Amino acid sequence: MAHSARRDSPELPDFSLLKRLARDQLIYLLEQQHEVDKLYKVEYKPIVSTSDQLCFLIRPRIQTVKWIYVANADKAAGRFRRYKIIFTPQKFYACEAVLEEQGIFGDVTTDEWAFYLLPLDDDIISLELPEFFRDNFLAGDQRWVRTAGSALHLLHTVYGPFSKIHGIGRFSKMAYESWREQVEEGETKARQAEIGKVFLIDRDVDYVTPLCSQVVYEGLVDDIFRIKCGCVEFGTDVTSSDKRVKVMLNSQDKVFDEIRNEHFSNVFGFLSQKAKNLQTAYDKRRGMDIQQIKTFVSEELKGLKQEHRLLSLHIGASESMMKKKTKQDFQELLKTEHSLLEGFEIRECITFIEEHINRQVSMIESLRLLCLLSITENGLLPKDYRSLKAQYLQSYGVDHLLTFANLKQSGLLVEQQPGETLTVMESKVGKLVNDKAAGKLTDAFSSLAKKSHFRALSKKLNLVPKSDEEYDLRVPRDMAYIFSGAYVPLSCKLVEQVLERDGWTGLEEVTRLLNGHEFSVTAKNDAQRIVLVMFLGGCTFSEISALRFLGRERGYKFIVVTTAITNSSRLIETLLDNHA
Amino acid sequence: MVSVLTEWTCGGHVGFILDRKRFTTRAPWRILHCRSPDLLFTRVSTPALSRGSLSSHTMFFLPPSDFLKTELYEMSWNLRDGLRDSLVAAAPYGGPIALLREPHRRSPSSRPQLEIYSASGVDIASFPWKSGPVVQLGWTVSDELLCIQEDGSVLIYDLFGSFKRHFTMGQEVVQTQVLEAKVFHSPYGTGVAIVTGSSRFTLATNIDDLKLRRLPEVPGLQGKPSCWVVLTQDRQTKVLLSNGPELYILDNTSCTAVCPPGFSPQVGNIVQMAVSFSYKYLALFTDTGHLWTGSSHLQDKLSEVDTKKTPTPKHMVWCRRPKSQQPSVVLMWDRLLLVAGVCGDTIQFPLEDPCVLVGELDGVRIISSTNQELLQEVPLVCQDMFKIASMAPGALLLEAHREYEKSSQKADEYLREIKEQSMLGEAVRQCVEAAGHEYDPSTQKSLLRAASFGKCFLTDFSPDQFVTTCRELRVLNGVRENGVGLPLTHTQFKQMTLQVLIDRLVYRQFYPLAIEMCRYLKIPDYQGVSRVLKHWASCKVQQKDLSDDAIARVVCVKVGDSPGVSYSHIAAKAYECGRTELAIKLLDSEARSGEQVPLLLKMKRSQLALSKAVESGDTDLVYTVVSYLKNEMNRGDFFMTLRNQPVALSLYRQFCKLQEQETLKDLYNQDDDHQELANYYVTASYREKRLDSRLSLLQSAIDEYNKAKNEFSAKMTEDEMRLLRFQRKLDDEKGAGLLGLSLQATMEALLSLGLHKQTEQLYRDFRVPDKRYWWLKLMSLAEKEEWEELEKFSKSKKSPIGYLAFVDVCMKSNNKYEAKKYVSKVTPEQKVKAHLAVSDLEGAADAAIERKNDAEMGAILSRCSASDRLLIDRLNRARAAAAKK
Repeated sequence: MAHSARRDSPELPDFSLLKRLARDQLIYLLEQQHEVDKLYKVEYKPIVSTSDQLCFLIRPRIQTVKWIYVANADKAAGRFRRYKIIFTPQKFYACEAVLEEQGIFGDVTTDEWAFYLLPLDDDIISLELPEFFRDNFLAGDQRWVRTAGSALHLLHTVYGPFSKIHGIGRFSKMAYESWREQVEEGETKARQAEIGKVFLIDRDVDYVTPLCSQVVYEGLVDDIFRIKCGCVEFGTDVTSSDKRVKVMLNSQDKVFDEIRNEHFSNVFGFLSQKAKNLQTAYDKRRGMDIQQIKTFVSEELKGLKQEHRLLSLHIGASESMMKKKTKQDFQELLKTEHSLLEGFEIRECITFIEEHINRQVSMIESLRLLCLLSITENGLLPKDYRSLKAQYLQSYGVDHLLTFANLKQSGLLVEQQPGETLTVMESKVGKLVNDKAAGKLTDAFSSLAKKSHFRALSKKLNLVPKSDEEYDLRVPRDMAYIFSGAYVPLSCKLVEQVLERDGWTGLEEVTRLLNGHEFSVTAKNDAQRIVLVMFLGGCTFSEISALRFLGRERGYKFIVVTTAITNSSRLIETLLDNHA
Repeated sequence: MVSVLTEWTCGGHVGFILDRKRFTTRAPWRILHCRSPDLLFTRVSTPALSRGSLSSHTMFFLPPSDFLKTELYEMSWNLRDGLRDSLVAAAPYGGPIALLREPHRRSPSSRPQLEIYSASGVDIASFPWKSGPVVQLGWTVSDELLCIQEDGSVLIYDLFGSFKRHFTMGQEVVQTQVLEAKVFHSPYGTGVAIVTGSSRFTLATNIDDLKLRRLPEVPGLQGKPSCWVVLTQDRQTKVLLSNGPELYILDNTSCTAVCPPGFSPQVGNIVQMAVSFSYKYLALFTDTGHLWTGSSHLQDKLSEVDTKKTPTPKHMVWCRRPKSQQPSVVLMWDRLLLVAGVCGDTIQFPLEDPCVLVGELDGVRIISSTNQELLQEVPLVCQDMFKIASMAPGALLLEAHREYEKSSQKADEYLREIKEQSMLGEAVRQCVEAAGHEYDPSTQKSLLRAASFGKCFLTDFSPDQFVTTCRELRVLNGVRENGVGLPLTHTQFKQMTLQVLIDRLVYRQFYPLAIEMCRYLKIPDYQGVSRVLKHWASCKVQQKDLSDDAIARVVCVKVGDSPGVSYSHIAAKAYECGRTELAIKLLDSEARSGEQVPLLLKMKRSQLALSKAVESGDTDLVYTVVSYLKNEMNRGDFFMTLRNQPVALSLYRQFCKLQEQETLKDLYNQDDDHQELANYYVTASYREKRLDSRLSLLQSAIDEYNKAKNEFSAKMTEDEMRLLRFQRKLDDEKGAGLLGLSLQATMEALLSLGLHKQTEQLYRDFRVPDKRYWWLKLMSLAEKEEWEELEKFSKSKKSPIGYLAFVDVCMKSNNKYEAKKYVSKVTPEQKVKAHLAVSDLEGAADAAIERKNDAEMGAILSRCSASDRLLIDRLNRARAAAAKK
């Protein structure tokens, strides 16, 4: 990247330890099983294996546990095998109940593999729990909150103690409390602190950011090709051969590392420059004597070849993205998004969305735009809501009634209640927050009553920069660059503000608009500049890019811990309910 | 040299205390010498300062070691008949004493009394024995009293005489009866061994994990053996028994006759035997008065002594100190105590009173009805320290310090003497170690002072041993107090560990002392104070005379939030004693809700359990409660309960969605949640394959939507039903395969099949917005490249989506020719875009110049290539002109 980091920015802790810990534990668990013969993917189909013991490594989901009906099938076939289920990261009572219901509880032994954290990169750690979002924010099932607390506890044990913990959101608070409990139960040893501050944030604090189209390289790759566990599969259009290629995308990939946080418009220029440099490096060969060529081949050539390969891959990917994204349609889409963020020409935006549906562009995209409209506008007018919904249902099927019910419940797509002014609603919310007992009762469904105050927040935090100024994307001046200078992500802005103010003081109005549940707890240590940001419910690559930018500007190092990497499509897809 | 001579005892033998100058009164006693084949000993009384009573020491020499008989306590009890006719059990390590008077008295009118005392004779509990005849009493390692009855049942009482539980040594024993029983300790815990009327042995190695082992038959044994002991050897528990002159070892599988080495058969029948505390040594006593000692492996012989006493001794116990090579055996008859050493020497004491011997790790306790004495071999270091004319560095240091206190320069001489041999470190160590073994606080003090004095002259001497010993002695002196009554020696203390000592204090309910000790020794709260508080609280909740409130308050105040004390544990205790209300009160103080829930469920406070589980934020816990409630309650109540707990409800719904669809419906029904119910029906309809059942489910959904006043959804569902019927009809007629498609997809399919009339019908029936219909038709016609049809369609009326769309769609199908047809129809605002779309730069330029639109002109310019020179000039001119105006 063009801009160099501040010199005093601290070193990140080494997270490969987490992998080693988890691996050793798994090896230990598997060794108790004796020789592991073969690994199978658990699916809903009979298992063909001759071994007399089967070991399943699964997430504690009722659905997956149901798949382990093999024991019953074996029993019917009069076959005796030993079964072991290893739940990761923990087992749930509900899963055991399912086993019991299926009558195989007695036949299986269970174990837990406490694999909480998967380091995807030097500064990204994922819990790989995409269901966290739906379970918590839609179904009101908080089973994973404790898992998040345990993950935090693990980080605390290995890299702690933390100096300060800030957070916002109901689940952040619960995860924090769960972590506290675990700290109190266990013994603590004084250690060199490697992580300073911690910031916990619920995804529902900021739905706007993940709903926007991503235009930073890494985000764009995720939007188009879908990055899974830090790995992406490029199709034939990228590799320009008939092979599909799987690539790890992380800081080990030097080319990628330099462009991942760049706005897409800069990427091509950068890549061509890089190609030129590469050519020059290759050209050095000319006029070398034999000795020099020998050293060149042994020392540089391999690196150059590697770089060459990566470069051609990324150029291919960029080309493919260019084809998809620089068309007029995409420009107009972005324009609409920016108008929505700005609250400008809303009528045109609604027309655009309607046309979007009419032209059957994309089931997910249309919903995404509807959600973005609803959140920025604090709900749709009943007339618009009905007409758009009717259009959508006619286009994609009435079963999406359930999807709309889900979106309504999670507060992503709502209808403005006629006659209910903002103040009435606010006093209601305020009362819920104040009255603790009532708060508890209604907590699970508080999202129902939750209103988005995006417009007010945007003004308070200055999220949308003035559009009349020219924004040079080559030299970003703030985090807005990740959205072409149109919008500073709310989540990252909160992180910035809280770090700047060292707490929530002065942000009272903001937290009120965000429905409260903010907290700050202080302790002491020295690693003040390493900040761990934990997203409960997923975060996008754009947000990570924004935080990296903030880190470079302010001399922080951010570590992002998330329940899963998300983007707009994933977010919407988890809420679909069309049983297609 | 003879300076003090106090008291004569024992048949006129003379004893001296010999004092060299450096032994002043501070070393109260020392040295006797053996003159006769028997022994010469003396008895010296010194005031024991701490105990405030007179305790006496008896020192004697039994080659090759010094022995010491110290009085520990004057017993606080007041026994009317002494220890006569009583079953007595006293636990090692200064354990409690249990006493059952006349156990064989069977008349129900006068039940025997079971009494429990501390080692110092302080009354702990006493109650009339109401169960069957008792054969043997014994103590477990955790201070529980075992009462082994004739019928083979074993009753377990705690220290305070409250019944805890019982077990039996086998059903057949009820018939055959227990003849004799023994309680023994091994690394596995406390065990019980019995021999029955049918001469069979049964063993239980650990009563906490009861496994009865019936040992093989002993050949030729009638009734009970003449004597027997339990041995733990090589991780196996065996019985060693004698029947007349024969000796047998009985293990799990076999009964082997053995012969101890050097044991001549003519010495008679074995009538008494004893194993040492460590199971290493064995002593056998024959009816001819011979005492054989050797290893319990029966490999080596230590000695054989002729005691010249033929009656069977009532008790025989080993007296040795760990690591010492000079064990001795203590034998007791009715009026005589005899100590026999390995070298064949014996020494006798007359007894006024029946006594009980308790073998300890490092000695023997002798309990009589009036006092208690400890007989032990004097530790080597103490012998060195106090031997007459001892030149051991420790002894010199003690003397040096004494001179120093007298401000005499001799102190320096002694110090030099030690230092010359570079033995000062050793001297300090000796003093400290000797102090540890001393029982008398004032002696301890003088030794420690000497050590501290010596330490001053050493530069890098670790103070650890000194400090630890001081601390430990303070603790030991504390527990040796008459009131507490734990006469532990330092050796025993080290062996039993501090943790166990605290436990013992806790069992005896000396809570304040235990807490003091933990604090004094700076034990981490988690292992120390908290553990004591936990016991205290568990005991407190059992106090029947206090109200629930008072107890809860007291417990909360005392326990506070000490780490590691679990209120739920205390509450569980309270519930065990039937105090449910108190348990609930205590649970309120439990910080971790996760701990409260299981107990609340056990107490059938399910509602409370549920809300606590919800508060804990642990869904797993919530789910546990929910599934428990589901089985416990009837459905109506269960649903009502859930209704008040949204978190639990949503959790249960999640579960039902995956596992029990029907229940889900009931849940919504119960709540009159018509909206959700309707959604449920919609979901269900998609699982249904058959059309009529699908339709009927959708009809139910409509009804529910109507009830929920959601007209919109009702209308949409109705439309869906109409659509389904329509699709079905067409499928039947034309085999179109439409069923289940969305409206849009249906229309698309119809168009691609060329069924324009039917599409038209759907368009009207479902009031499809014009725009979407136009888009749909436009794209579908372009797809099929029906350009004529498209043109006709474009002219059917004014396009609601404009004509630019036509241009774009045609271009997407790469048909520039058709696209151009629509360019002219495009609105003026979009003209330029349209021209550009068909790459007609000229046309675009014309339109832009006509509209004098600078931005559009710019857009065209950016599309121009160098060859379009003329056009570029024209545009630039027009721009300039527009700018001028």
